Amino acid sequence: MRKTWIMAAVLAVAAPAMAADVGLIKVSKGDVRIERAGAKVPATVGAAVQPSDVIVTGTDGLAGITFTDNSLVSLGPNSVFSIDKYRFDSTTHQGEFESSLTRGRLAAISGKMVKQSPEAMKVRTPSAIMGVRGTEFIVQVD
Amino acid sequence: MRLSLVVFTAALVAGCSCFQPRQVTPALFIVIPSAADGHVGAIVVHRGAESRVIDTAYGSQRLRSDGTLERATLDERDVRSRFADLIAALPGTPASFTLYFLEGSDELTTQSRTELDNIFAELKRRPLPDIVVIGHSDTVGGDAYNDQLSLARARRMREMLIGLGIPAERIEAAGRGKRELLVPTEDNVPEPRNRRVEINVR
Repeated sequence: MRKTWIMAAVLAVAAPAMAADVGLIKVSKGDVRIERAGAKVPATVGAAVQPSDVIVTGTDGLAGITFTDNSLVSLGPNSVFSIDKYRFDSTTHQGEFESSLTRGRLAAISGKMVKQSPEAMKVRTPSAIMGVRGTEFIVQVD
Repeated sequence: MRLSLVVFTAALVAGCSCFQPRQVTPALFIVIPSAADGHVGAIVVHRGAESRVIDTAYGSQRLRSDGTLERATLDERDVRSRFADLIAALPGTPASFTLYFLEGSDELTTQSRTELDNIFAELKRRPLPDIVVIGHSDTVGGDAYNDQLSLARARRMREMLIGLGIPAERIEAAGRGKRELLVPTEDNVPEPRNRRVEINVR
């Protein structure tokens, strides 16, 4: 009973955040999918990206994503990219963008939140954390 | 008895950390110059207590399987060819247009009005426009007034874009008040170039 209550409270808090789109798939070639709350959503061009999404590419997959602060991210084949935290205030440009690359490759161009506060964008690999002060970079996990 | 157990456990834990190699997943971090303007930025690689800054073109840090970081400057052509597909998959660089307003109003100036058609044509040409309209003001008046005025300008422009046939859910409007002056001025200075909206399209 108590567990149910906690679950309900968690869902009530989590639901509005889940509804917010933080990015868009702009490039999608080969096998690209979004894993969202245990379900698989095809990552076609125009598909929305939400916080907590995991974007997975297959052996022939390539993906390009734009985020609301103008950050751009592309993923190479055999990659697993999770959006751990994303928040951006379009008035103050404050925000945070924490992601993880568990496998594969990514290239990125940082956006407005990094211009406002350096290292607001972070990319985690299994054994290191990278803070972005600007602007273009590549990460590869072997 | 109890003491010996503690000593034994401590020895076991120490033994584990001495003889088992730490599990480290290798990674490579590279800074590349901006394709748009050649600007070289910086990234910082944090590994435990250690932090390494990379701030040169094609500068890199490699995290090796033994947990150490190795600095190197990579060959430009090698990086460009090895990561060609990845770099090409970065979505198109966003475009930005600016239109100007009459003082204290959400009405466009006559000149900006004539530029509308060209901008609208350019926006319609993009297959899947994702638009953020940002309103600005000059420094006449207080913060709250200008936040409101800049937002009114952005919302007015958003309505015009919706009227053009761009789906409402693809257009966001925000006001920046007098925080981001195009032409820096003292407070309470009327400046036509600061009374504007930026239309950013991705």
